[in-house]
Amino acid sequence: MNGKSHIIKLLDNGKRLDGRSALDIRQPLIVEYGVSKTAEGSAKVTCGETEVIVGVKMEMGTPYPDSPDKGTIMVGAELLPLSSPDYEPGPPSIKAVELARVVDRGLRESKAIDFKKLCIEKGEKVWIVIIDIVTINDAGGLFDISALAALAALKDAKFPDMVDGKLDYRNPGKKPVELSKEPIAVTVYKLGKYFIVDPLTEEDKAMDARLTITTTADGTICALQKGGDHPLTEEEVSKMIDIASEKSKEYRKAL
Amino acid sequence: MKRHDGRQPEDLRKMEAKVGVIKNADGSAYFKIGNTWAYAAVYGPRNLYPKFLQDPGRGILRCSYNMMPFSGAGDRVRPGQSRRSKEISFVTVKSLLPVLDLEEYPNSVVDVFIELPQTEAGSRCAGICAASMALADAGLVMKDLVSAVSVGLNGDQMLVDLDYAEEAYEDGPVADIPVAMINRTNEITLLQMDGEVSKDMLLKGISMAKDACIKIYEVQKKALKAKYGSE
Amino acid sequence: MTEVLVKPKDIVVPGELLVKGMDNFPGPGAYRDNEEIYSSRLGVVYIDGRTIKVVPLSGVYIPKTGDTIICKVIDITFSGWRLETNSAYSAMMSLKDATSDYIGRGADLTEYYNLEDHVVCKITNVTSQKLVDVSMREPGLKKLVDGRIVKVNTNKVPRIIGKKGSMVSMIKNATGCRIVVGQNGIVWIQGDVNNEFIAIETIKKIERESHIPGLTNTIKEYLEKQTGKKIEVQNEKA
Repeated sequence: MNGKSHIIKLLDNGKRLDGRSALDIRQPLIVEYGVSKTAEGSAKVTCGETEVIVGVKMEMGTPYPDSPDKGTIMVGAELLPLSSPDYEPGPPSIKAVELARVVDRGLRESKAIDFKKLCIEKGEKVWIVIIDIVTINDAGGLFDISALAALAALKDAKFPDMVDGKLDYRNPGKKPVELSKEPIAVTVYKLGKYFIVDPLTEEDKAMDARLTITTTADGTICALQKGGDHPLTEEEVSKMIDIASEKSKEYRKAL
Repeated sequence: MKRHDGRQPEDLRKMEAKVGVIKNADGSAYFKIGNTWAYAAVYGPRNLYPKFLQDPGRGILRCSYNMMPFSGAGDRVRPGQSRRSKEISFVTVKSLLPVLDLEEYPNSVVDVFIELPQTEAGSRCAGICAASMALADAGLVMKDLVSAVSVGLNGDQMLVDLDYAEEAYEDGPVADIPVAMINRTNEITLLQMDGEVSKDMLLKGISMAKDACIKIYEVQKKALKAKYGSE
Repeated sequence: MTEVLVKPKDIVVPGELLVKGMDNFPGPGAYRDNEEIYSSRLGVVYIDGRTIKVVPLSGVYIPKTGDTIICKVIDITFSGWRLETNSAYSAMMSLKDATSDYIGRGADLTEYYNLEDHVVCKITNVTSQKLVDVSMREPGLKKLVDGRIVKVNTNKVPRIIGKKGSMVSMIKNATGCRIVVGQNGIVWIQGDVNNEFIAIETIKKIERESHIPGLTNTIKEYLEKQTGKKIEVQNEKA
């Protein structure tokens, strides 16, 4: 019950468990910037009942020997036990690891951030931009909502200023992170013969397959992640990409 | 003498509280004081495994205090439990348990998760204030709410609800004293201190904490009633 | 001198002073400390003669003997079925309590109730350690086929059911849905797709607005607007 057969019965009638149509994103979809003053950049995204906060910290580190003139980014995700009765305290689950890696890949491969601009002193000092995703209330749809929150937090982020040879973390810096691209993730879920976006928790559990498609504003695909137990045909992949590039506009507008 | 941000010694920072902020939880709240912000979610009473943890006489209370990775000024806080967060979780249980009656729920557990998106001093006290509201919101039997605040010595002055600058004071003795109280009876359920202080000053601090807790209680009470559109 | 400091329907918080003096008694949700009565819950004040009680607005379900609840089958053992009750405690339904059929040794129990099935059952016994026994051997107790499950606040169940079932009957009549409201906060609804949504929205509206006066009328008007039907309110005086 409330399982796959019922979800598909509803989709036969053009509806979802919460009354939406297959390709509707939940409302309200709200992006709030600068929610955490201790972060160098932060954002909270609310989509229906799902709420995610992303905070960005900037640390100074030494570059990797094979790329002495490049800084780097790091993405972490915590599925907090505060946010769902299904989560338990402890080391990150595979679900959290996958979420972090999918968001990381979108940001990294779109080349949204020029890693050379994160270099402070070649071979010596670079910026490490650490992006942490935390869930406040998980009511489904974490991939797209987290990716959106991560992008929003980066848009909000400022490098801390150097004062007397030390980083001043107590006062907001002036220099923003330059983002040349804005990658948006849209995950299309396959349930029977239907495609849906922005799933509820129950829909997520009932899905056959999912494909996260990250695109930049010009439509370039910069990252993919297929999940779920069922295979996808080429035709289905093509259709899912079309849906994703269409829906990405809605997420982009919320920024 | 006024404090650097214009407060009187007995003044708290600006507070804000809201109840019912996490839909998935059985009870939830956030509590903000100055730049410190704590969320608390309660799940339960729910079943408890492994079985050897169960108490056949009553439900047990578990608390988990955690700083989000970006919640401290300075370096990122590494995810996962630290010795500090473990200890704070432990004293949080002790500060809340005296008001709770879990006899109706043998063998079960009430889980309280405290998460801080942003901190600037007084984070364990903010966590206790949020948790106390979340427990009430979860409909549990409680004889009272618990309120908590940090008082501290700053040179020769006892101050309520220190901020970062006051905690970092270097020109004299400093003491940081987090206190939690059962409002109605003024019984103390959390008392810690680090620094140095005389007995007289300590007692003065506790007395100031008592008055501050009354103000915090009003904020908590108002937030709980606001969820149901009253007051 | 006794002074009652609250009015009926007031919302109070744990530790709030309700009465000063010895002329009243604390009911459920309240306690006496010396000459005063305090609330021990977040809830609504009811005054019944000299008894003052606080009815909670929230809280998870606690199994009670006699309650009719909706459960999910989570395990099948030699002696019966283990059911999830939407509380901290699971329930057991033995072979003899499950059906009037004779179940022979080695029978395939999944033919009666399989994992993930939902059933309406009645609690026959709860021990002090909260071991819960349930039975389905009474009229109206059955396996639920198709339809949807919605979770509601357990404390709002009496309002969703209404006096002698008047509220839920009104929703059933207006939407044509089959509805079972479990006292454990699990509601089962089955009907055509649009009417299912109307029934769910109506139940959520009751859950949200149950403390606002004039609920029956609000819901009647809401259902009339949604379904376009004229609704007779039944059992209003009952």
